[in-house]
Amino acid sequence: MRKSLLALAAGLLIAGSVSAASAADKLKVGFIYLGPIGDLGWTYQHDLARQALVKELGDKIETTYLENVPEGPDAERAIEQLVRAGNKLIFTTSFGYMDPTLKVAKKYPNVHFEHSTGYKRDKNMSTYSAKWYQGRYIQGLIAAKMSKSGVLGYIGSFPIPEVVSGINATVLAAQTINPNIKVKIIWANTWFDPGKEADAAKALIDQGADVIMQHTDSPAAMQIASERGKFAFGQDSEMIKFGPKTQLTSILDTWGPYYIARVKAELDGTWKSEDTWGGLDSHMFAMAPYTNMPDDVKKMAEDAQAAITAGKLHPFKCPVVGQDGKPVECKGGANLDDGQILGMNFYVKGIDDKLPGK
Amino acid sequence: MQLVLEKRAERSNTIALISPLIAIGLTIVTMVILFAILGKNPLLALHAYFIAPLTDGYSLQEIAVKATPLVMIAIGLSLCYLANAWNIGAEGQFLIGAVAGSWVAVKTQGTDAGAWVLPVMLVLAAVAGALYALIPAICKVKFGASEILTSLMLVYVADLFLDYLVRGPWRDPHGFNFPTTAEFDPVATVPLLIEGGRLHLGSIIALLVVAAVAILLGRTIKGFEIRVVGAAPRAARFGGFNSNQLIILTFAVSGALAGLAGIIEVAGPVGHLQPGISPGYGFTAIIVAFLGRLNPLGILIAGLFLALTFIGGEQAQIAMKIPLDVTKVFQGILLFYVLACDSLILYRFKLVFPNRQVARGTG
Repeated sequence: MRKSLLALAAGLLIAGSVSAASAADKLKVGFIYLGPIGDLGWTYQHDLARQALVKELGDKIETTYLENVPEGPDAERAIEQLVRAGNKLIFTTSFGYMDPTLKVAKKYPNVHFEHSTGYKRDKNMSTYSAKWYQGRYIQGLIAAKMSKSGVLGYIGSFPIPEVVSGINATVLAAQTINPNIKVKIIWANTWFDPGKEADAAKALIDQGADVIMQHTDSPAAMQIASERGKFAFGQDSEMIKFGPKTQLTSILDTWGPYYIARVKAELDGTWKSEDTWGGLDSHMFAMAPYTNMPDDVKKMAEDAQAAITAGKLHPFKCPVVGQDGKPVECKGGANLDDGQILGMNFYVKGIDDKLPGK
Repeated sequence: MQLVLEKRAERSNTIALISPLIAIGLTIVTMVILFAILGKNPLLALHAYFIAPLTDGYSLQEIAVKATPLVMIAIGLSLCYLANAWNIGAEGQFLIGAVAGSWVAVKTQGTDAGAWVLPVMLVLAAVAGALYALIPAICKVKFGASEILTSLMLVYVADLFLDYLVRGPWRDPHGFNFPTTAEFDPVATVPLLIEGGRLHLGSIIALLVVAAVAILLGRTIKGFEIRVVGAAPRAARFGGFNSNQLIILTFAVSGALAGLAGIIEVAGPVGHLQPGISPGYGFTAIIVAFLGRLNPLGILIAGLFLALTFIGGEQAQIAMKIPLDVTKVFQGILLFYVLACDSLILYRFKLVFPNRQVARGTG
């Protein structure tokens, strides 16, 4: 009995190593996820893109992911584990993986890394992100049209440039419709915490906001807005099922085309370290259908989307006036340049609040 | 016929020895069933979990790195728990230690400070951790406040304080407002033991701590005092041992060790101060302390074993596409069996045949 069990074990191990050998011909592509995959939100959208990748190139590649990897001391190990398992192209899909990714990249110069939303690069480490502020601008236009009270509620995650530029784009857009628009901002200090997000939404509505916008990940704010008969925008994913009569639109992360392009480059041997910051024109994100609004508002949103996509409309067209009433230096000619937006650390005029840490 | 738990006349030393082994055996059996239900090959899965990580130098290093903070904190906690002082706030002491040590690193950044930086960071972190742990200890001794609650609540205070620092005064000026300090200078970094690896000096310090506490508990009067106060408070009082003094002492020592673990983690594997430097080490260490039966050597083994399940869990995720949740279920099942088997040290199963007449009379 014991002998046969051992033989069985040996057989299984051999079988395992044989199947590993046949998989070695394929390019191995690894992913590090911040959260569990779940059924919506940041990580879910990255996994949708991974699935699209498998659908497109499944006969040439094998994908592996590690989920729920905290952005602390464990990240470096998780990335290195993927390298050691033979992955040649690795996507690390959250800002907090920046330094760990860089450390592992320096250690394994023959492996290529793609880090999402960071700013440190190396010859084998690219970065990629999306110009979500473009989508925020469209949302600002819609919000100003839909708000009766003239007060918008904004749930921020962390006061980092990506979020600050989103708030500014929203307000600049809304001011073109209603110059006296007010925005109330609550910092949840989390990317995902349904309890805190719901509390923030309630507080904002209690302060008179009738359109809720969020830079956090859960559908909690959408649900509260729905209960209270207000409007809201989704985030990262389609959230219409949480507010069929509430969601105006949602900024959808669509990483699929980028992932496919980068893996194809890797397969062709043309992969190079790059800094990709794509907008509506390069399909790095998309807008969910415009719903729960009159046709003229919908038309306005669609026109704005088309204009931004065509490069005719820039959310940060100069002059951009800061809270101190002075125009911000215009480094990009007609607009603020990418560096100013990527490092944005001020509120525009009309925001009656103080940027934390300023 | 009825199966009941009956208290043993005295604790069974045989069971105390073999109970962890029974627990691990039962866990493996349960996991085999679980893997089979999931459609994964149980033998390959167990291999990925337990054998593969032990067969190469890289994984062994990672196990040591992961176990280092767990063991260091758990050793301190075991002293508290032996003395019946319930420090639940090691996570906060860990964070405060990290903050205090980082202060030196941040202030000396780019100043060509000498080799004194790291030693000062380590000492400061230990002192800060100890002082932070003394708050609940003194509240307990002076006012009778529950140290469980106060130490736990101080975790959140520490967490938010760290958060404030890295978002405000200590924020990396070139970091685009992201909440982190700049990378520490080399003189403020814990040295690596192996070139190109991740094993660092902290693991050696952890081993020294294990040895020191083993000697303290086994060979000194103070150690004897700690054990007596915990096991027989009345006897300790008659013996003239001061339990309040011991609460202060054990809290201070465990706070110091947690703080030391904090700065070692920040100045070692992480390299800068940021929120989320601890994936719950201070709480996981409580499990490690009890899994190791509050015994220094046991804690060392328990810490390494728990680290093995983390590393093995990742390798199983990569090699066999076993979801992370299974690793968590696995850790939960293990704890459950350990606690369940421990009850057999003091209790035993007994079959009882109730008297039919009585049964009819009452039933």
